[in-house]
Amino acid sequence: MDFLRTSVIPHFNYWIYVILMMIGLWAMIGKNNLIKKLIGMSIFQTAIILFYVSIGVKTGADIPIPAHHAHHDEAAAGAGAREEEDKLDPDAFANPLPHVLMLTAIVVGVATLGVALAISQSIHKDFGTLEEDEILEKIKASTHDG
Amino acid sequence: MIPAFDILILVFLVITAVIALKVRDLLSATMIFGIYSFLMCLLWAEMGAVDVAFTEAAVGAGVSAVFLIATIYNTRRRSSD
Repeated sequence: MDFLRTSVIPHFNYWIYVILMMIGLWAMIGKNNLIKKLIGMSIFQTAIILFYVSIGVKTGADIPIPAHHAHHDEAAAGAGAREEEDKLDPDAFANPLPHVLMLTAIVVGVATLGVALAISQSIHKDFGTLEEDEILEKIKASTHDG
Repeated sequence: MIPAFDILILVFLVITAVIALKVRDLLSATMIFGIYSFLMCLLWAEMGAVDVAFTEAAVGAGVSAVFLIATIYNTRRRSSD
């Protein structure tokens, strides 16, 4: 019970990240259907993104966009505005660096999925099936003949 | 970050991930994977990563599902496992 309170609940994001990653790995290795393998690959990718976004989280922090200061008049812009920006407290905002890195990872992930699905369609055209064991059997039969 | 909301979404994430891989109908699996992506999007909005949440809603729940449905339309809907 003490372990649950000190280790599991405060780091729940990281526990779930490991579980999701292992679910994705199991799907990529253990599943027979190629589409199921690709869904597993996507789950693996989102698990890694979950890990990186969890790094940037701070307790009590807001989204990383500074609030607009309405009382700031035009004349005091320039040096005054720069001073105002210097006064922003970094602890009040979530760390945006991992977010920006993971933005790229999401786009790369969908590109990978698109290419993999195109290859799956080409495999289906050649072998007439998307099941891994049937494809391997057909490859074995064709090499045995030739 | 809201701890109760966080834990609720994370538990649902694991459930949808397992169901998406267990269902034998590939179209159902794609739809449940869409739910998984949408839960991920909610989780990121809740963790303060609004830009990542936008991208995931558009790309993860939208484009990925369309790609998967297009492939299932051109191949087979049934899966052996």
